[in-house]
Amino acid sequence: MTPRRRPRPSIPGAPRIGAAGIGRGLITLYLSIIVLLPLAAVVARSTDGGLGAFWNEVSAPEAVAAIRLTVVLSVIVVAINAFFGTVVAWILVRDEFPGRRFVNAVIDLPFALPTIVAGVVLLALYGKGGPVGIDVSFTRASIVLALLFVTLPFVVRSVQPVLIELDQSMEEAAASLGAGPFTVFRRIVLPNLAPAIISGAALAFARAIGEFGSVVLISGNTPFKTEVGPVYVFSQIENDNVPAAAAVSIVLLAAALVVVGLLNLLGRRRFSYAR
Amino acid sequence: MPADAGPAPPASTADRSPRAARLGVRIIGLGYLALLLLAPLAMIFYRTFEHGLGPVWTAVTQPNAIHAFWLSIELVAITVPLNTVFGVAIAITLERHRFRGRAALGLLLDLPFAISPVVVGLALLLVYGTNGWFGTWLTDHGITVIFSIPGMVLATAFVSLPFVARETIPVLRELGTSPEQAASTLGATGWQTFWRITLPAIRWAVVYGVVLTTARALGEFGAVSIVSGRIEGVTQTLPLYVQDRFENFDTTGTYAAAVVLALLALATLVLMNVLTRRTRRAG
Repeated sequence: MTPRRRPRPSIPGAPRIGAAGIGRGLITLYLSIIVLLPLAAVVARSTDGGLGAFWNEVSAPEAVAAIRLTVVLSVIVVAINAFFGTVVAWILVRDEFPGRRFVNAVIDLPFALPTIVAGVVLLALYGKGGPVGIDVSFTRASIVLALLFVTLPFVVRSVQPVLIELDQSMEEAAASLGAGPFTVFRRIVLPNLAPAIISGAALAFARAIGEFGSVVLISGNTPFKTEVGPVYVFSQIENDNVPAAAAVSIVLLAAALVVVGLLNLLGRRRFSYAR
Repeated sequence: MPADAGPAPPASTADRSPRAARLGVRIIGLGYLALLLLAPLAMIFYRTFEHGLGPVWTAVTQPNAIHAFWLSIELVAITVPLNTVFGVAIAITLERHRFRGRAALGLLLDLPFAISPVVVGLALLLVYGTNGWFGTWLTDHGITVIFSIPGMVLATAFVSLPFVARETIPVLRELGTSPEQAASTLGATGWQTFWRITLPAIRWAVVYGVVLTTARALGEFGAVSIVSGRIEGVTQTLPLYVQDRFENFDTTGTYAAAVVLALLALATLVLMNVLTRRTRRAG
């Protein structure tokens, strides 16, 4: 077997589909039109008025408040889902209970459900007039709730395969030497899962930073209080304030790039869903 | 690697941790899922149908609702085939060939996963909008991209781009090049090798990617919201219609349209599970 992730040279005589310059050219053209060109436009426009103007937009009080809120809430949400995601992955792999298959399938619901529907769904239960008597709408708690919902699958789906592959003999050895279940988990299982938890958390963070649809109905979008970064960008576009929208977009874009770039560097890309 | 829980672990290891601890962990995990996912979803179905089917039917057969539904389908019908063909081509290029700029191409492919939909919307405005890079040229030639279908197609294509390629690449890697090399040694042309060897091997991964692409394309909100202008009965997709009904305090309309989308999401989940099982059997 060829070692994984080692670049292999093109094999002479390998099928030429896509290899032919035309194929590669078409692909590059497609990706350029769909992805690269628009993003280049954002970068270019954000610095239209020079770096000074860019800095003025980014450091505007409302923009700073929105970016700070997004980052702080995303960190909180990712920490919560790193914990619960690991717990859920654990029970899906190591536990045995009726309906486990069903629960496993349901994990991907936040991914399959349109984000706007996620907002409506959460409001139906935790909003005004809901049956539980809680009303989170127009509070920061509602943003946390929405972000928890949409980022739930990442850590679960990142940890699950690693847990399946994890050799249990180490744990058995530790247990036979007298370690209690929590010691075994802390000293043996957790260190093995840590890279998967971190990469899942990183993806969840990138998603939380950019989340818009599930938040927009539920948070009330009050500047300085419940307005997150993407909602700020949206309202600046609506107000025809393109420089401000572009500047904050650059901040969001940079955050996404850093996360994707780091994961690529670490070779821990697990974007692929549910497998 | 399938994420499905797979067969139960042997009983010997299961017995080692005390029952109370196991039960505690189970209750925490399932309780979290119930509060965050299942209860809200159950609630919206209850709320939608609590007054019977009649009002729901009236709500979903409103002309604007029907138009929004078909517009969403139209966007899916355009973007999914596009992203499927290019997704497979990108997967083969990235996995089978080494060339300069390959890493950059891979990064470009992953970006839509991480970028905020509102940034996508803004980006398209800056290229194709009235004041955008191509704005003047497009206006002179009478082409409208923003606030019409082409812009919405671009936005949807952007956000749903990576799925087919990212699902196909691991399968291609696992397949290895020997079957393809064998075919080519026996005199098969590139296309023959692709149709008879490569495509049959990756077909379920591609189908899985198509399911994910469809779900993403159907549900896209932020980017399409900016690019479409949200013109009622013209550029309003189903997710935009949900928001419109919500903002007009039309609870029945909101819930009914949301439930339609939720049902499509549930269908997606079922398909994903069937396909995961199938790919595992084939592998």
